[in-house]
Amino acid sequence: MVNTFGTLQFTTKICIANTGTVVGPVEKDSTFADSFDEVLSLETEKDETNEQAHARMIESACHWAAKKGHTQVDKVDVLIGGDLINQLSPTNFAARSLAIPYLGVFSACASSMESVILGCLLLESGNARTVLAGASSHHQAVERQFRYPLEYGTQKPKTSQWTVTGAGFSLLEKDLKNTPVVTHATIGKVVDSQQTNPLHMGAAMASAARDTIERHLTNTNSKMADFDVIMTGDLGNIGISILKEMFQDENTGVILQDAGAQFYGNDKFFNAGGSGAGCSAVVFFGQIYDQLKKGSFKRVLLVATGALLSPLTFQQGETIPCIAHAIECRMEKRG
Amino acid sequence: MDQQQFQKIVDEKNPKVPFFMNILKAFIVGGIICTIGQLITFFYMRFFPFTEGTAGNPTVATLVFIAMILTGTGLYKKIAQIGGAGSAVPVTGFGNAVISAAIEHKSEGYVLGVGGNMFKLAGSVILFGVLSAFVVALIKTILVNIGVVSW
Amino acid sequence: MISSLVTAFIVGGLICVVGQIFMDVFKLTPAHTLSTLVVLGSILDGFGLYEPLIDFAGAGATVPITSFGNSLTHGALAEAEKHGLIGVLTGMFEVTSSGISSAILFGVIGAFIFQKRKTTY
Repeated sequence: MVNTFGTLQFTTKICIANTGTVVGPVEKDSTFADSFDEVLSLETEKDETNEQAHARMIESACHWAAKKGHTQVDKVDVLIGGDLINQLSPTNFAARSLAIPYLGVFSACASSMESVILGCLLLESGNARTVLAGASSHHQAVERQFRYPLEYGTQKPKTSQWTVTGAGFSLLEKDLKNTPVVTHATIGKVVDSQQTNPLHMGAAMASAARDTIERHLTNTNSKMADFDVIMTGDLGNIGISILKEMFQDENTGVILQDAGAQFYGNDKFFNAGGSGAGCSAVVFFGQIYDQLKKGSFKRVLLVATGALLSPLTFQQGETIPCIAHAIECRMEKRG
Repeated sequence: MDQQQFQKIVDEKNPKVPFFMNILKAFIVGGIICTIGQLITFFYMRFFPFTEGTAGNPTVATLVFIAMILTGTGLYKKIAQIGGAGSAVPVTGFGNAVISAAIEHKSEGYVLGVGGNMFKLAGSVILFGVLSAFVVALIKTILVNIGVVSW
Repeated sequence: MISSLVTAFIVGGLICVVGQIFMDVFKLTPAHTLSTLVVLGSILDGFGLYEPLIDFAGAGATVPITSFGNSLTHGALAEAEKHGLIGVLTGMFEVTSSGISSAILFGVIGAFIFQKRKTTY
């Protein structure tokens, strides 16, 4: 049932040639720190705005991905990217500097996989030779827009999450050897489970993740046990336990994991864990990509989860609709 | 899975709010801030020509000044994570709301940024303060004029 | 003097406890909580109860946000007593709520002095 109900099967060999991940200073102590290409010493330099620093981080991640993929940014056909800031300004301004054809996308924290899916479609149809696809988030910029000024004193509940400062981009190319291949993808559906608390997004996003995972498994005729890992982007530690409970009939065991829940380890300061468009991007394109390339993982499902609320919809008393986009990656046997 | 089943799972997995500890911490932090305020009041009464009644104004101004220092140095939010309402309810909390917004929006300049956004959090307090003062005073004045109550 | 400090501590602490209950039990946002407390302070002054509270608890009553509601209402009522109904409007704006003016002043001074901080934890 592929190529129906949102699940795609790519018939050409679409590879993730390489990746670039740049994170902020707080992320230096992350569980995934070893896999990041660059750790910035300051989230925002003295004479720049948050958004300028955010754009700079995106450019840097793109340069890393291109360099590691043995090319240069200006030789890439298309850039696809997204972030959480109004009108995608940081990505737009980064695209201005990078100066290659560009598609900006938004699905909140699911933007990383939305970018990759669109990139794969461009390659599959022969409409691009190489694509840079990814997403990013910047803690201070997001806090100001969605929540409160940085120095405002509030008591954060245990369900709240910490927006990751990070940009992760992948270089997509066809027909390479010994590189992870994107074989399938499932486009998410907007799912609203009537949650209204913007400080508990894990609960809001769990249903969207479940819908996408179930559809993917059904449409590709697979079971969870066929995968080495199924990783969601940022459900957080409470959100992932809700998702596991929803799959209670399956033995999810260690297969079903969440990048956000693991991002900052056991540090209670970060409450339910990491979140943000950059969270899924830097973990999927960092640690998970490395494991695929090494051969430790042979088949993974990466499910980026996004909460489609805005500060306005919250004030208007709306519920929080969510979406989850997924790609399936396999590592071919070393030939 | 229907909505009811799902909501049951969400409610089950929801971490319990530590009500008792939060209330205790709010009591202690709020109490400390007010005690400091009382010491400042004594200071103004002793060294300046203020009475118990009039010392309230410079006390509040001094506390907001302290809130500015704590907000700018990043200490206020650490106190707030512990104290909750204990740091939000005293006037220092109001000061923190205004000052943190002012600092945050400096990047958009002083007119549009600082001026235009300073009251994002505190504006509703000013609005409802003025509104309720108006309504209460109006009602009481009318009641006095028709002889139901006296000043 | 010690007893004044103790009453300030207790009364101030209790008003904050009311705020914490609003936030934790009734799930109000900080803005909703503070707005409600300001209105409460105003109503208490309407009943002539807030000034005695200040006499009793000193800073325990003048420091919490409830005192904003009180001082705005008090000013309005004082003017209304002298000049009738129009005093309700003029009186309110005559009372310098030093909390509001100092917050504005120190807000802009703070913005001037303090650089945006690095995110720390």
